[in-house]
Amino acid sequence: MNVEIIVAIILISYLRVSTLTYDVPERWKKPLKWGFFSALTIAVLDISTLLNSEISKVLSLFLVGGVIYVILRYEELHKGKQLVYAWLPLLLLSLLFEMIEYLFPAFFNRWDDYFTSIIFFAVVWGIAIWIINNKQRKTLEKEKIKALAREQEFKATEEMKIILEQQVAERTSALTAQKEELEKALSDLNATQAQLIHAEKMASLGELTAGIAHEIQNPLNFVNNFSEVSSELLDEMCDEIQKGDMDEVLALVEDIKLNMQKISHHGKRADAIVKGMLMHSRNNPEQKSLTDINALAEEYLRLSYHGLRAKDKSFNATFRIHLDPHLPQIEVVPQDMGRVFLNLINNAFYAVNERAKKSKEEGIDGYSPTVNLSTALYSDNGKGYLVITIGDNGLGIPESIKSKIFQPFFTTKPTGEGTGLGLSLSYDIIKAHGGGLEVISDHGLNPFAPEAHSEGDKQGTVFTITLPYENTTKL
Amino acid sequence: MKVLIVDDERDVEMLFRQKFRKEIKKGSLELVFAFSGAEALTILGDTNPPSVMYMFSDINMPGMSGLELLSKVKDRFPKLKVSMISAYGDKENHDKAMNSGATGFFTKPIDFDTLKREIGILLN
Ligand SMILES: [Mg+2]
Repeated sequence: MNVEIIVAIILISYLRVSTLTYDVPERWKKPLKWGFFSALTIAVLDISTLLNSEISKVLSLFLVGGVIYVILRYEELHKGKQLVYAWLPLLLLSLLFEMIEYLFPAFFNRWDDYFTSIIFFAVVWGIAIWIINNKQRKTLEKEKIKALAREQEFKATEEMKIILEQQVAERTSALTAQKEELEKALSDLNATQAQLIHAEKMASLGELTAGIAHEIQNPLNFVNNFSEVSSELLDEMCDEIQKGDMDEVLALVEDIKLNMQKISHHGKRADAIVKGMLMHSRNNPEQKSLTDINALAEEYLRLSYHGLRAKDKSFNATFRIHLDPHLPQIEVVPQDMGRVFLNLINNAFYAVNERAKKSKEEGIDGYSPTVNLSTALYSDNGKGYLVITIGDNGLGIPESIKSKIFQPFFTTKPTGEGTGLGLSLSYDIIKAHGGGLEVISDHGLNPFAPEAHSEGDKQGTVFTITLPYENTTKL
Repeated sequence: MKVLIVDDERDVEMLFRQKFRKEIKKGSLELVFAFSGAEALTILGDTNPPSVMYMFSDINMPGMSGLELLSKVKDRFPKLKVSMISAYGDKENHDKAMNSGATGFFTKPIDFDTLKREIGILLN
């Protein structure tokens, strides 16, 4: 058997095995298979001497040459290159020596030993290169494995990164949507709140109208009556002048003068009520102005009282007014402060009316529904306070709901009767004025209006409004 | 003749005094005023029959209302004439007053001609 066919078999077998760094190219699989079997066939035929050794030699040469050619020519078969370098010297030398043996047999025989040793060295060379090559290949493969692992890791990281980014994007968009939803809800709520405040305003105006009508009707009646009677008095005066009774004339003049004052007084009273009503219903930005709290509170007390009277014929209550005549005027938003008074006074009348109804049902005599309004000026550490108390001897506020009364929409009135905004708005208004609103209920402690409760009757409610008074003018 | 007028508006006194100026001067009419139901009851006192012959009362007053006063007065002095004067001339008030024994029902603004006629009938 010749060297060529052995090398050919080694090369082809080698190429047919895939490693980590080398995959058997698809298009070479078949040729390599055929090459391998051809080489085997040649080898078998050569060994069994069925084939002439020269023919097998030539066939082997062609085969090994072809294999070497394709290895060097095609990059995809690069794996075989090292092997070619390992075995090429042996191939070339054995070919050379065979040619020498054939052409110069005497010379060959003489140096046969040397040639044999050269061949031996070529074999050693081939094996050495092969071993080195294998070693290198293994190192390469290790590195390749590491690189692959790193690549895998990198890929995994990348994938994780993509997933995370996606998740972040999803969360972000969800949060953005949520935020937008919340913003919309907030603006809806703001709009609703504005509407509700307006509705509450209109509702309290509605409660006012009956009171206003009554309050305007009374002064107008006086205006009409006093002007009528004045003209009668003038007729009488004419008679007295003709009679010459000058004392009587002078007395009539005095009466007419007084009547004119009354006409002017009641005209102004009606005027103030209309102005107050307009102020109450106005919706433009409300401005602070120097206000007489006594007059404002008393006006709203009357409006509330007459409003409730007009609405409910069975309603009645006594009100007492204790106004501090030295109360200074202070800067407030009059229509806002008016709403606070109206709310608190309406509540007070409501409470006494409920208690009156209850007493009647239970057959209890001697209950006299009373609402107290009082004002006072206090000073504490150089700071001045206006204290307005609205007290009633009504049902009182149960302990269980006392903490809730300033909450928006909290109401004990039947559905449709109260918006539940009165006290919460009042609280906001007083806070906006830098003041305080406090409630004492169910006991008779009322430092500013001791007459709110009759002896022994501890039931009732007192609201106390405190407004700061800057001592810029005079106390 | 003594007439009691009850109204929470104090200027009513001046108005009535001027309206009945001549009658008061002549001495045929004496006007007494009360500014609340309680005050009216005090004036009427406990003497039966009272010195007052006719009472005119406002309905809409804080504390005791005119209608409450009417029924109390009618309980105590069934023969005393009482007429109501109200800014609210509605049927409910009117019927309540009449059922409680009121003689007349006047609406505000008061028509003094009718009122004078009413008192005139009494004077003669
Ligand atoms: Mg009245």
